[in-house]
Amino acid sequence: MPEIRNFTLNFGPQHPAAHGVLRLVLEMDGEVIERADPHIGLLHRATEKLAESKPYNQSIPYMDRLDYVSMMCSEHGYVRAIEKLLGIEAPIRAQYIRTMFDEITRILNHLMWLGTHALDVGAMTVFLYAFREREDLMDCYEAVSGTRMHAAYYRPGGVYRDLPEQMPQYQASQWVTGRDVEVRNQARQGSLLDFIEDFCNRFPGLVDEYETLLTDNRIWKQRTVGIAVVSPERAMQLGFTGPMLRGSGIAWDLRKKQSYAAYDKVDFDIPVGKEGDCYDRYLVRIEELRQSNRIIQQCIDWLRKNPGPVMLDDNKITVPSRNEMKDDMESLIHHFKLFTEGFCPPVGEAYAAVEAPKGEFGCYIISDGANKPYRLKIRAPGFPHLAAMDEMVKGHMLADVVAVIGSMDVVFGEIDR
Amino acid sequence: MSSINQIPVINAKRGNPLSKVFDELVRFCRSRSLFILHYCTGCGAIELPPAMTSRFDMERLGIQPMVSPRQADILLITGYVSIKTLKRVILTYEQMGSPKYVIGICSCTVNGGMYWQSYATAKKLDEYMPVDLYIAGCMPRPEAVIAGLQQLMDRIHSGEANSWEDYFRNYDYYLGNQQKLFGDHWQTPTDIITEAKHYNLMGEGTLGEHTRLLEQHQKPLEALDMRLGHNLKEPTK
Ligand code: SF4
Repeated sequence: MPEIRNFTLNFGPQHPAAHGVLRLVLEMDGEVIERADPHIGLLHRATEKLAESKPYNQSIPYMDRLDYVSMMCSEHGYVRAIEKLLGIEAPIRAQYIRTMFDEITRILNHLMWLGTHALDVGAMTVFLYAFREREDLMDCYEAVSGTRMHAAYYRPGGVYRDLPEQMPQYQASQWVTGRDVEVRNQARQGSLLDFIEDFCNRFPGLVDEYETLLTDNRIWKQRTVGIAVVSPERAMQLGFTGPMLRGSGIAWDLRKKQSYAAYDKVDFDIPVGKEGDCYDRYLVRIEELRQSNRIIQQCIDWLRKNPGPVMLDDNKITVPSRNEMKDDMESLIHHFKLFTEGFCPPVGEAYAAVEAPKGEFGCYIISDGANKPYRLKIRAPGFPHLAAMDEMVKGHMLADVVAVIGSMDVVFGEIDR
Repeated sequence: MSSINQIPVINAKRGNPLSKVFDELVRFCRSRSLFILHYCTGCGAIELPPAMTSRFDMERLGIQPMVSPRQADILLITGYVSIKTLKRVILTYEQMGSPKYVIGICSCTVNGGMYWQSYATAKKLDEYMPVDLYIAGCMPRPEAVIAGLQQLMDRIHSGEANSWEDYFRNYDYYLGNQQKLFGDHWQTPTDIITEAKHYNLMGEGTLGEHTRLLEQHQKPLEALDMRLGHNLKEPTK
């Protein structure tokens, strides 16, 4: 009888549960994992290096593509770092818009996470439900920026344009006519804010719907309760942030602790977990969905009542309006300068972080006074989480790896940069 | 690897007048049941789930995701391909059974897109494998993805989508580009040349200087020792 020894198993990168391109080398003892070794770099494309070779304002689109599930939050981190460097502050309306869109992004991200996590663990329906709601939020993105995903909507000194007065509507076509179009356009009669408000009113019910599918589901609990427990001390030592840290019971949230944008003016709670296992992290994120919804509603109220500028009126940093540019020589020069050379912040360095859906997303910029950053370092929240992979899956079964990857909410764009 | 030569291939002329009808039928069926290989290389992958789920609903066209390359028909390259990923993509591509189709989604696969300056990405996908269709955009909307797939279905139906044959006919060119990127010792576990012979797809460009280089370096593939126990080596650290 030959003795059975450990063997290594290669997981991914072409694996449906690998969330893109995670490659794990698992050392197994039977079906129990002894050691997990994540391999990264499959999506590395040198964002930091590219940002160093471009004027500040031209790198904003790269930030969208870092964490391509929570686009605007990554932008926010970068834009805030630039603003800190320049010593400017966006107008208050822009701050509220940013707050609102950060929360929309959080819902987008958590829905994507919920869908894929549940799909990996074996619940297909949640995936379909979650993507139904994502579509509405994508339309919000599209209404303000013209694109469904990579918005580049935040700019140093504000946001690119004010919220649209009219929500885009469906048009009748060969297949969809008359009454159907009306039904589809029901929520789109008013402005973008009306549309979002309608969504916010529906959303808590929808979260309940997801919860009926998962929270008390016996299979779901068996797959997640007690899996990958991280103690609060260990979570801090490992550099966890975001829901991963809060799932372990530490109420750390940059939105409250180092408030930015309009977060100090809105009311919300930070959910924390107790056990630090996959199930708690799931509950934390579900509660965050509800809290985000609350924040959005408050922002909508404020934005309704307080019109105003959304961009600083300093043409050395922000773009003059199209009309001005067309009939004013000076504005034309500003426009030209901004889009060719950009702006030159003073010598110095700045670090600014935001609470992205996955954790603390930060940008550290060193400026040598030129129009390009001397160095840009991105702190991606997913990186420390993935680094803890080995510790989290040790002693669990092979099938649990999938649940752990799901509960980490990894996106490789930001980890590999 | 030589055993593949022993499988008899019958190249009889097809005299049956019904064979054309039959071909047509096969092509029609083929174009209506496509399995997409689920390999997400870049940000373009985020628009695929929306395209598959209820709002845009790709399944009504008979297109479904599939997890294993062996059973998939379409390889979707969804975005920037870093050099490290490209190796895996080529491995995956070579493992897929013919006929196989490659779609490059996103500008990044066309010419590098936003990352054209990056040292880490492979810019033009069609230098490394034949591409049937590009869907440009950063990122293309689900409607565009579906329109692209429909175009591919039409092309399969009319028999135009045969770029996979090109990989066999011009293997030397593709291999040369791959070698330029990965070094002279680049080798995949699939024996393309034998396969080309098997399919009767040896072309002018199948053999050349690059394949000669490959032959010099090629380590013969050995079957894995499947016995458990003593002669298993320590796992590499
Ligand atoms: S083309 Fe744009 S969306 Fe597509 S992979 Fe490249 S950067 Fe991402």
